[in-house]
Amino acid sequence: MILGVSIYEILSLTTILFFIGIYGFFTRKNLISVLMSIELILNATVINFVVINKYMFPEKLEGAIFGIFIIAVAAAETALAIAIIINLYRQITSVEVDDTTTLKY
Amino acid sequence: MEQIIFYILAVVIIGMAFASVTSKKMLRSVIYLLFVLMGIAGLYFLLDYNFLAAVQLTVYAGGVIVLVIFSVFLIHHLEMELEMANLRKKIIAALISIGGIATFLWVIWNHHFNVVENYNAIEVRDIGLKLLSTGDGGFILPFEVISILLLAAMIGAIIVAKSNKLTDKNEAQS
Repeated sequence: MILGVSIYEILSLTTILFFIGIYGFFTRKNLISVLMSIELILNATVINFVVINKYMFPEKLEGAIFGIFIIAVAAAETALAIAIIINLYRQITSVEVDDTTTLKY
Repeated sequence: MEQIIFYILAVVIIGMAFASVTSKKMLRSVIYLLFVLMGIAGLYFLLDYNFLAAVQLTVYAGGVIVLVIFSVFLIHHLEMELEMANLRKKIIAALISIGGIATFLWVIWNHHFNVVENYNAIEVRDIGLKLLSTGDGGFILPFEVISILLLAAMIGAIIVAKSNKLTDKNEAQS
C-alpha cells in the first residue's frame, strides 16, 4: 500500500476516471474516439481490481491476475475494433457514428 | 514523499483524461490518452506491482497507442477538426456523469473497508506459478482460454481487414 494514501482516495480517483470515460462515450461522434473512451473505462476497472487486492487481501494474487486478463482482452478487442473501423472506412469512407447505418434497415 | 507523488499522478491522470475526451484534434487526443496510460503505470509502480506496470507500459503504451495512431494516420487528415456533439447533449452527458460520480463517491466514502497494513511486494515468480498451477485456485484454464481468444482475435482481425481482396479473389476463381 502507498504510505499516507488511504483506499478511499484511490477509489475516488478511479471513479472520476471511469465517469470521464462515460462522458467521452456519450459526447464523441468518431468511432476511434469512442474506442479511446472504452480504454479509459477498462483502465479504471483494472486499477480498482489491483487496489482492492493490495489493500484488503495482500497475501492473495487474484486481483493482479484478473488485471492481466483484462489487459489481454482489451488488447484483442482494440485490434478487432480497429480492423472493423478500417474496413468500414473502405466501404463508406467515413468513421462517424451517424453514418454507419448500413445494417440498420 | 509517496503521498506527494500520488497526488501529482492523480492530477496528471485526471487532467489528461479530461483533455483526451474534450480535445478537438484527433492526434492530440491520442497523445493525451498515452499520458493517462503512463500515469496509470506509475500508479502500479507506486503500489509495488512491478509486473503489471511493465505489462501496462508494453501492451497499452507500446501496442494499443501505436495501433490507434496508425489508424488515425490512415483515416484522418492531421489537422482535421473533430465533429462534436451539440451543447445540449454535452450538458446532459455532463449531468449524468456528475450524478454518477456523486452516487459512487457517496457509496464508497460510507462503506467501511477492512484495510490490512502491509508493505510486501508481489514477485513475478508467484504470478507465474499461480497462472500455470493446476491445483486448487489455479488459473491454468483461463490462461489457456485467453491464449485461444488471442489467436482467434488475431485471425479475425486479419480476415476482417482484408475481406475485400479475399472475396474478389474467390469470385474470380469461381
